[in-house]
Amino acid sequence: MPTLVMEKPELEEALRPIIERFKGGKGITIPLLAAVQEKIGYLSSDSLDFLSKEMDIPAAELFGVATFYAMFRLQPQGKHVVRLCRGTACHVQGSLRVGEMLQRHLEIEEGQTTQDRLFTLQFVACLGCCSLAPVMMVDDEVHGRLTPEKAVEILESYRKAD
Amino acid sequence: MSKIIVKVGMSSCGIAAGAGPVYEKLETLVKGREDVELKKVGCIGLCFHEPLVEIEQDGKSSVYGEMTPEKAETLLAERTSLTPVLSQIQDAPENHMMGKQVRIVLRNCGLIDPQKIEEYEQRGGYASLRKSLLELSQDQVIDEVLKSGLRGRGGAGFPTGMKWRFAHDAKGDSKYVVCNADEGDPGAFMDRSVLEGDPHSIIEGMAICGYAIGASQGIIYCRAEYPLAIKHINKALEQAREKGYLGQKILGTGFSFDIYIKEGAGAFVCGEETALIASIEGKRGMPRPRPPFPAHKGVFGKPTNINNVETLANIPWIIANGHAAFAQYGTEKSKGTKVFALAGKIKKGGLVEVPMGMPLRDVIYTIGGGIQDDKAFKAVQMGGPSGGCIPASLIDTPVDYESITATGAIMGSGGMVVMDEGTCIVDVARFFLSFTQKESCGKCPFCRIGTKRMLEILTRICEGKGKMEDLETLKELAPQIKDGSLCGLGQTAPNPVLTTLKYFEDEYLAHIRDGKCPAKVCSALIHYSIDPAKCIGCTKCARACPVSAITGEIKKPHFINDDVCIRCGQCMKACPVSAISVE
Ligand SMILES: Cc1cc2nc3c(=O)[nH]c(=O)nc-3n(C[C@H](O)[C@H](O)[C@H](O)COP(=O)(O)O)c2cc1C
Ligand code: FES
Repeated sequence: MPTLVMEKPELEEALRPIIERFKGGKGITIPLLAAVQEKIGYLSSDSLDFLSKEMDIPAAELFGVATFYAMFRLQPQGKHVVRLCRGTACHVQGSLRVGEMLQRHLEIEEGQTTQDRLFTLQFVACLGCCSLAPVMMVDDEVHGRLTPEKAVEILESYRKAD
Repeated sequence: MSKIIVKVGMSSCGIAAGAGPVYEKLETLVKGREDVELKKVGCIGLCFHEPLVEIEQDGKSSVYGEMTPEKAETLLAERTSLTPVLSQIQDAPENHMMGKQVRIVLRNCGLIDPQKIEEYEQRGGYASLRKSLLELSQDQVIDEVLKSGLRGRGGAGFPTGMKWRFAHDAKGDSKYVVCNADEGDPGAFMDRSVLEGDPHSIIEGMAICGYAIGASQGIIYCRAEYPLAIKHINKALEQAREKGYLGQKILGTGFSFDIYIKEGAGAFVCGEETALIASIEGKRGMPRPRPPFPAHKGVFGKPTNINNVETLANIPWIIANGHAAFAQYGTEKSKGTKVFALAGKIKKGGLVEVPMGMPLRDVIYTIGGGIQDDKAFKAVQMGGPSGGCIPASLIDTPVDYESITATGAIMGSGGMVVMDEGTCIVDVARFFLSFTQKESCGKCPFCRIGTKRMLEILTRICEGKGKMEDLETLKELAPQIKDGSLCGLGQTAPNPVLTTLKYFEDEYLAHIRDGKCPAKVCSALIHYSIDPAKCIGCTKCARACPVSAITGEIKKPHFINDDVCIRCGQCMKACPVSAISVE
């Protein structure tokens, strides 16, 4: 997913087709924001202000939805998104230690992005692969039966592949 | 000899365990071979053996587990040198894990290619929709569901037929059928498995429901964490439309119905039906008071029937086999089967479907194979953040709605997280409270602030700073949060604390009074140390320590600085002579 930092005219250019697609539809806020995030990588306040003006939706409503759902990001994120499961089954099988190890290894806290913008680390509730706990998802790939060391190895393999 | 059919389990769990490379290897191996057909199927539930490959020939089938690309080669060349983990899945009395199961919801999972509608049809798929539309009146369909005794599998256990009746009777020019595929309960994955492994059964169930209540529009609300499920449903929807099971004038009748997917955006509370409706409408997913119930005022203000994935997957089977066939399974008040997701410290983790009323012992020991490393069974957590921990002393409780509720837990969606002596119960209670506290939408003060206070207390206890009065405060707060909350999230949030206090008060006391964590989990209450008599000074522990808390000269006993130690346990794993212990 690209994370672009854009100047205003460029941003507006990028958002226009999305606005055209959704304008006037009902119940569109979530897919609209998802489309914007897909396009520019996150929901910048510039982009929300612009949407609000163009689509005649109060900015408060857009921010309200954007901050309610875990999927939406108001900050740009790294090239790879690492979602470590902190659900019940993974917790019982030791995901806390995996999380601590990843935070130490990447030198960030959960929710943050590494200096080199390669990884963003998130803790999520359940990835639905509980029988392979502990589990983490890197972008769209699920990795199971983790140990702290194995989790680090997996991230390093992504770093190498770049 | 007949054709060899090779099926690779390619659900998310299979892929996570490494099914991808196995499939690729098989693909190159069978290239050009007319006698072999390679297929991708869903999950048959033996997740602990994943990756799985099933080989079918001359009507016989065997399942092989822990597959690797190398083993795949052997599998095709000289299969006899490998031992199958299961033979003859369909009817295998010798296979304990499967033997006691009754597969209604999971009837097709792992057997068919979910992306081929023909395979679903070959196993009787869409015959129930045909039967409903061509032979049964709306009332007859609702009656059939009502008499089957089917109750909602999303947690609350409300009779499905009755719900359909309300939606049918509600006046409105257009109505909606919503499938709740939000599956937010951590530790539950049965809905994902059905969505990925047998999406047509849900589509057929929704279409039958649409016909029965007079709806023309269906929505599947699926959480975004399930990308493979969304892909499979989209494909299935396309195929169903092509074949005329969805769209205008279905099967030549006057009934028109179509379905679209709405992706969730990551909020647990959106599994609650009124919050789900708000989310479909594009708003913040905040629950609202009921009545009005969705049956009267649902999506965009229209009458709406909301059912869970598993509930809907039962429907085609009930219509095909009749209500009596369904009601023969289960107990007086809980009919049919229930799918459980076995996870945690259990040997055979995976998905199982059993008749309601089976004792927990059978589910955990006979089917689940018992506890990992044969440790002592401590408790099983059911119902997720709304549920509770059922202790070892109640292991003969039958799994049905009433009996589980009587323990203080709830049936919930069917997640069973098994815990052994190495699981700290206070830590588990804290874990759930941190979950509900984070996921509380903030509307009701008691849920928003009350869960926060409970979490603070539990955190304090885990850190060894708890006071005896804390237990009283927890007991006092719990009923207030339950009474002061609008939706099920707050009303059930204290359950994990209440059940653990009821059955494991000792463990709370050990934390508070003795400053000890009996399961040796809570970091602040445990200490690692090296026995100087055993230490050989190999320096392995010092090198393994991520925070350099271990010092010592080579060939001399080492020492752990407790103030620096983060209790990660790496040193213990690294020590070749078991000189490190934790107290
Ligand atoms: C906080 C909360 C979360 C819920 N999450 C889910 C869920 O993820 N999936 C689900 O099917 N039902 C969930 N429910 C239950 C639904 O509100 C609703 O009862 C259910 O979808 C109805 O379908 P059923 O009658 O087929 O069970 C949840 C309820 C609450 C209070
Ligand atoms: S609890 Fe981690 S995948 Fe379900």
